[in-house]
Amino acid sequence: MPDRRLLGLAAAALAAAVAFLAIGLKGNIAFVLELRLVKLAALVQVGVAIAISTVIFQTVTGNRILTPSIMGLDALYLFGQMLMVFLLGGVGYVTLDPQMKFGLEVLVLMALASALLLPMLKSRLDMGLMLLAGVVFGVLFRSLHSLLARLIDPNEFSVVQSASFANFNAVRTDLLVFAAIVTVIAAVIAWRARHVLDIISLGPDTATGLGVGWAGTVTGLLLLVSALVAVSTALVGPVAFFGLLVAALAERIVDTRRHGVLLPAAALAGIVVLVGGQTLFQHALGNATALGVVIEFVGGLVFLLLLVLGSRK
Amino acid sequence: MIRIENVSFKHRTTPILTDVSLTIPKGGVVALIGPNGAGKSSLLSLVARLQPLQTGAIDIDGLPVDSTPGRELARVIAILRQDTTVASRLKVRELVGFGRFPHGRGRLTAADHAIIDAAIARFDLADLADRFIETLSGGQRQRALVAMAFAQGTDYLLLDEPLNNLDMYYARELMRSLRSIADGKGKTVVIVLHDINQASAHADRIVAMKGGRIVADGTPTEILTPETLEAVFGFNMRVETIEGKPFVLHQL
Repeated sequence: MPDRRLLGLAAAALAAAVAFLAIGLKGNIAFVLELRLVKLAALVQVGVAIAISTVIFQTVTGNRILTPSIMGLDALYLFGQMLMVFLLGGVGYVTLDPQMKFGLEVLVLMALASALLLPMLKSRLDMGLMLLAGVVFGVLFRSLHSLLARLIDPNEFSVVQSASFANFNAVRTDLLVFAAIVTVIAAVIAWRARHVLDIISLGPDTATGLGVGWAGTVTGLLLLVSALVAVSTALVGPVAFFGLLVAALAERIVDTRRHGVLLPAAALAGIVVLVGGQTLFQHALGNATALGVVIEFVGGLVFLLLLVLGSRK
Repeated sequence: MIRIENVSFKHRTTPILTDVSLTIPKGGVVALIGPNGAGKSSLLSLVARLQPLQTGAIDIDGLPVDSTPGRELARVIAILRQDTTVASRLKVRELVGFGRFPHGRGRLTAADHAIIDAAIARFDLADLADRFIETLSGGQRQRALVAMAFAQGTDYLLLDEPLNNLDMYYARELMRSLRSIADGKGKTVVIVLHDINQASAHADRIVAMKGGRIVADGTPTEILTPETLEAVFGFNMRVETIEGKPFVLHQL
């Protein structure tokens, strides 16, 4: 039963959250708890944002191996950020109101992403080409990013440098409230679109036949994905394979592609992996390695596995 | 009634359809035949607004396909294209249920479930209803897709080579089902067929296309003559009459 599995996932997510808050609680409890609550909220958000955006992206592209980050969306976000530093200067960038800045970055990413992805979807590239194009775009934006990094003042560079690596320990808490609003709205939209997503997964022709306007719906969904990618990248930095890992895990657990079940399952799996993993690393392993590295390693393995299994079909 | 008026269609600069006009009244089975590349599939996708209309006009029961909201059209006309791919991890029952989407936007009522069950029974899918689509054979998957289009409950059903992958038994069963849907429920079925004898046995009317134009249009007895067939397909074939119906021995 998918419902029972969903409940199991929810219980696991709750357990992970409680463990994250409670383990090793000592000293000024109120202070520590507040600190941890803020961090927990950020991790939950990132997990949910990446999970939902990956599932939607896979449905829209009709492809289980693509994720927004494999298609270079987070590299695009970082490039946009660097571009703003370049244009405004380090001081101008820092003095911008962080929430307004973030809002601006989200809008820039949404515009760039739809300008890039829509033509690709319209021409219905096959998976190999999409993957290739994504890798090329990723490299392109990373290169442009480092080109700009070389052009700007070293002091200005330090402003953006910290944002360029995934770091689950140093979460950008100043953006939390604004990011939470974006995530919640996006999650609600995704949930309400769950039946439409089911239809979209049947492909453009069948979807049109069933009365779902393909181009308009897909554009809306891609904008949603861009907003979610912007949230997660802004909070913790780029993570390449986390979404793939979580989406594959959720699909394996609930064993269906119905979005009414898959979306919550992926979001919960995202929370379990991120919050549970962070708890494990902080307490059991004493921060010996970074969670980001391990998630990327495992996610990368899943990616290779899916690629190999997929090519055999 | 489907009204197609002076429709031309180009893929980049290659003309696919040239000045096609056709009227299909409500009720009955209409078979579209013709050699590969005759424009049959393009005509169907234009009628089902899967491709934008370039010149000419198409309307279904008075609804112009290029300006009527997609949701509204989806309750009037259903299409099954050839080579429809299906996302994995979906069960047959879920797939057939998607056919009800235009009516409840995904919320299935008791009436919807009854229609889904009826579609599953009609296309002999009861044993497969809880199997994942990707575990089915090509023919079984084809039947599931036809059942989905049927569950859409529209007055007009467009099927592009639905007999692909079906064995002789299920090909005949499908044609009989379509026949009984047309007779019993007054539905209109437009079907692209390569097996001319299926068209002869089950269709009321045959429309033959060649090179993007309609070259012949009439009852099976009128169309399935050696002269017309040679004009359409480019070679001479024997036609025998069995139980009053013409059958083409094109294998000889």
